[in-house]
Amino acid sequence: MVIGTSPPRRDGMDKLTGRSLYSDDLRPDGVWYGATVRSTRAHARLRSVRRSEDFDWSNVVFVTAADIPGLNVVSLMTDDQPVLADGLVRHVTEPIALVAAPTRELALEAVRHVLVEYEDLPALFDPLVAEGHGVRIFGEDNVYKRIHIEHGTRTNTTAHLIRGRYTTGLQEQLYIEPQSMIAELRPDGGITLTGSMQCPYYIDRAVKRMLGHDRVNVAQAVTGGGFGGKEEYPSILACHASLLALAAGRPVKITYRRDEDLRATTKRHPAIIDLATLVSSDGRLLELHGRIWMDGGAYHTLSTVVLSRAILHVQGPYRCPYVDLEGTVVATNTPPNGAFRGFGAPQAQWAMERHMDRIARHVGMDPLALRRLNLVVDGDVTATGQTLRNPGGFAVLEAAERAATAPVKRKHVRPGVVGAEMREGRGVALAWHGCGFTGNGEAKIRGTVGLELRGNQVAVLSSSTDIGQGTETIFPMIVADTLGIPMSRVFNTAHDTGFVPDSGPTVASRTAMVVGGTCEKAAQRLLRALREAHGEGDFDTLAARAAAAGTPMRVNETYEVDASVQWNPDTYQGDAYPCYGWSCVIVDLRVDVDTGEIIYDRVVTATDVGKALSPVLAAGQIEGGTLQALGWATQEEVVLDAQGCMRNDRLTNYIIPTALDGPEMVTELVEIPYEGGPFGAKGIGEIPMDAPAAAVAQAIEAACGAVLDSLPMTPERVFAAMEAR
Amino acid sequence: MIVRFNCNGRSVQVDTPPMARLLDVLREDLRLVGSKEGCGEGECGACTVRVDGEPVMSCLVPVAQIEGCRVQTIEGLGNPIVHAVQTAMLATGGAQCGICTPGICMSAAALLDVDPHPTPDAVRVALAGNLCRCTGYQKVIDAVCGALAEREA
Repeated sequence: MVIGTSPPRRDGMDKLTGRSLYSDDLRPDGVWYGATVRSTRAHARLRSVRRSEDFDWSNVVFVTAADIPGLNVVSLMTDDQPVLADGLVRHVTEPIALVAAPTRELALEAVRHVLVEYEDLPALFDPLVAEGHGVRIFGEDNVYKRIHIEHGTRTNTTAHLIRGRYTTGLQEQLYIEPQSMIAELRPDGGITLTGSMQCPYYIDRAVKRMLGHDRVNVAQAVTGGGFGGKEEYPSILACHASLLALAAGRPVKITYRRDEDLRATTKRHPAIIDLATLVSSDGRLLELHGRIWMDGGAYHTLSTVVLSRAILHVQGPYRCPYVDLEGTVVATNTPPNGAFRGFGAPQAQWAMERHMDRIARHVGMDPLALRRLNLVVDGDVTATGQTLRNPGGFAVLEAAERAATAPVKRKHVRPGVVGAEMREGRGVALAWHGCGFTGNGEAKIRGTVGLELRGNQVAVLSSSTDIGQGTETIFPMIVADTLGIPMSRVFNTAHDTGFVPDSGPTVASRTAMVVGGTCEKAAQRLLRALREAHGEGDFDTLAARAAAAGTPMRVNETYEVDASVQWNPDTYQGDAYPCYGWSCVIVDLRVDVDTGEIIYDRVVTATDVGKALSPVLAAGQIEGGTLQALGWATQEEVVLDAQGCMRNDRLTNYIIPTALDGPEMVTELVEIPYEGGPFGAKGIGEIPMDAPAAAVAQAIEAACGAVLDSLPMTPERVFAAMEAR
Repeated sequence: MIVRFNCNGRSVQVDTPPMARLLDVLREDLRLVGSKEGCGEGECGACTVRVDGEPVMSCLVPVAQIEGCRVQTIEGLGNPIVHAVQTAMLATGGAQCGICTPGICMSAAALLDVDPHPTPDAVRVALAGNLCRCTGYQKVIDAVCGALAEREA
């Protein structure tokens, strides 16, 4: 068995020796470089878009919306977002025109010589103002989606009413490899796209609809991080590169510079969350009333699904007999927000965990005792009426507490700082996270995996990309153990829509659990097919017979949703997720009382992963997600100018955690198996984003009494909160 | 101008504008694409190479400055024998998406030359200029701390 061990990752040595080829490392013969002319206005009519006469355009191609052969739409959920603006821009940085030239420098020079005349329109930046406003950005009322859930029985006992507002800001995914895509012309007049991406089939569909024909294939290059930022956005680069390749009659590569990537691409949705609870005097939750507003930005992207996940997670891992929740995601004239690890759940659980601390303050209880009292147990029912089976809240809490009894090794490296007055604090937070798509999502997608016998080796064909999390390693492990052969004889093929089936997108903590589970079933199907064709025997015997017979052997397996999972998308009642992961985070930090700066000493996490298929890869997901959450908690702040454009568009002023900022991490993997996942595995990619920020806030409060309900908790805000005590 | 330097043990000369970035000379002229560009302004460290043994951000170095220098890139670090830090990173899971990994290996190798058994704090200082968004750094630090331990055991 290789499952449960940690073989070296398949792509590891190539990455460690610099041999892996990422999109910008590829240089097809005759390639030109593309660049984008972007709006400088938040909301405006385009009076004219033309090329300046004082520039030599002879060696530059120029493309506008008029050159789009098919639909001028970035296909995703709704058809509201154009590939190139046609007469109107709804946000700053919106693409208006494209250029390509033999060098990057010439392409960027050409962009500066495209003249755009605007007629400004009133612009809206605040979702609370934009909802129902007369200035229209989307539909009748600028509301992308409103979701309401009411469940349970109201209380008739006397209770404490406790209200709070909790907010979160934009966050950039900050994959270290900027967005990049290459379009090449095929001999049949079609287009091959190769680039940095999570979801080849999103791009495949988007480019086909834009071109108006199906002669398109999409292949992933080695991808330098995604975190959701390369879920839907790469479709835009792919459409742009395709148009330029057609215009230039040659391959075109578009690689964003970091500043452009920061200004133009999607971010985590900001949220405003009002919670009101009725709580018994001994601390039991009786009613939860929640109102969530999210800022979707100027186009829909995936906003309705982000809102959905926020609503479904806002209750947190707590029992509450009556829940009344309403969420609204609103259009504003800011660059569209989109997928980012956690997908609405981190915002929602930041609010609920902070609210639990507020309740604890109000009723005079220890925050952890309050959580224990309300933590869900077997048989408790969620806001959607789903009965929880074997929830892991207590298991992860106990595992984290055990690990946190070890003494904290205080970090003392703070170059340049001497004699600061530091206060120590510890915070504890809990979270749950629904694994895989919400409700009937998997039934709609019907993700498929192919297995092909090649001699005595087995090829895994899927569109599930490795963006660092380890798909190239995990799928072969699952298939090898199911077939009873060494992992060395199983490999993933390239993720090219020209020959792999659509396994669904690489998102939603679903790849190992759902597509990995499909790999397991595909391997079982392959064994059955071999036995039907070649009699009894183990895999090696049958593979040898198949090779001797010379008959190709290929099976496809499509994910079947467990029939017991019932979901009604209209009422939002039923089984929202096939299973949940559970997490507990204990943060030890110090606050510099002169500056408000936070020093992270140690973070203990305990996470229910179902089954750690590869403990090293699983812990890697948890630790990376945890630090991304700490960045969101205290460091990462997007500052917008008056047009809604990101002002701190560089790594010198959009600050993500360095090795010096990061804490010692102690990572406990708890295994409560999910029978529907491969070998019991649950999805784990996103849950580490959920609990850390709230644990940090509680630790800050414990250290210095400062109460913070807004993210990020930058030194300035911590200092102000200390002053306000 | 013609710039001559030693790159991964070989003498090379390139004809280039003097202010061309070392990173571009490596990637475009010499086709050594293991050094990556993550920000282009010396913040992310994905382009880290060693010049006369010191780790430098090659996106900030005008190529004229390296006339006569010894430059080592990731292509030269593990060649012909994989460096101990590369082996250790593979074992601990210090590489995920891999885009920052070449730069981290170069900074770590430079540290290990002067401090073969660094403390976690020393590694955090040495790698403070190499941003990683995937790992949370713990497995990277474990790798660098233990890279040379096995060899001498």
